[in-house]
Amino acid sequence: MSGDWPLWEVFIRSKGGLSHKHVGSVHAPDSELALRHARDVYTRRLEGVSIWAVRSTDIVASDPAQAGPLFEPAETKIYRHPTFYEIPDVVKHI
Amino acid sequence: MRDDNALFEYALRLGDDSLILGQRLGEWCGHAPVLEVDLSLANFALDLIGQATLFLGVAGAVEGKGRDADRLAFHRDVLAFRNCLLVEQPNGDFAQTIARQFLFSTAQVALFDGLTASAEPRLAEIAAKAVKEVRYHAELAADWVIRLGDGTEESRTRMVDGIDWFWRFVDEMFEMDATERKLAAEGIAVDRSTLRAGFDAQVNAVMHEATLPLPEYPRPVLGGRRGHHSEHLGHLLATMQFLPRTYPNAVW
Repeated sequence: MSGDWPLWEVFIRSKGGLSHKHVGSVHAPDSELALRHARDVYTRRLEGVSIWAVRSTDIVASDPAQAGPLFEPAETKIYRHPTFYEIPDVVKHI
Repeated sequence: MRDDNALFEYALRLGDDSLILGQRLGEWCGHAPVLEVDLSLANFALDLIGQATLFLGVAGAVEGKGRDADRLAFHRDVLAFRNCLLVEQPNGDFAQTIARQFLFSTAQVALFDGLTASAEPRLAEIAAKAVKEVRYHAELAADWVIRLGDGTEESRTRMVDGIDWFWRFVDEMFEMDATERKLAAEGIAVDRSTLRAGFDAQVNAVMHEATLPLPEYPRPVLGGRRGHHSEHLGHLLATMQFLPRTYPNAVW
């Protein structure tokens, strides 16, 4: 049965103020049941307060074969991390 | 004067409905059509068994003979069970299970909604917790009734058959007898007969959306509340009670 059902990626917000995080996927015949299945499979232990479900086919993904040109150039640009600044003691939570 | 016997009886009925349906749904574990549905049904079962534990706990306390929820669940014979006949019926196929769940949960939401205002605080507290659980059960079951009813030719045929089979057990969920009338007059029990119109309206709306025909209500099948059960309950209890009866002092 589930072979006929599209796959949905599930994102859960664990509590207010945090962003939704990918937790896995479910099969479901439509969007309403995708949310219900996500609730039943991924929030059994109080994992979340909000669920997003997205058709897996609607996700645009980068090509792993392109990882070199996409990501490696950033490796040598450590100055993009703001680690060279002196932070005054009075500034907290950085 | 408070009638502890009536309250014991009422708590048993509430607890046994949840216990027996929970046990039935547990039979799907590992056998549902897909993993997601397997978990949906197992979640329902766990919610129901949790409710049963609480209601039977109240029953045992009211009875005052030292029987706790486990004792009442596992060491009682079939004639002493007070669940309605609908919950003990076999699962059948998925559509039949959904038909049973839809009818039962829709009625249970209305019952627990009313019970939150019970003059017996223990029942009101259990109902307040459980009504959220069963509202979800009713919604998910209705979703499936609609999808199977308005689905393929085969799913529709199975859904029609499922509803048709369970239709005869609906009246019993709204049956009132002297025990419950007395408790209702005291504000402890819900007068089930007042819930029927709302139940019918909700069921009709879902059936309409599912493009399913509304069967005529046949002559009702009654008796569960008095211990007159179908043959199925004995088999269910044999499985459920086997271990604690064979090894009475077994612990986890």
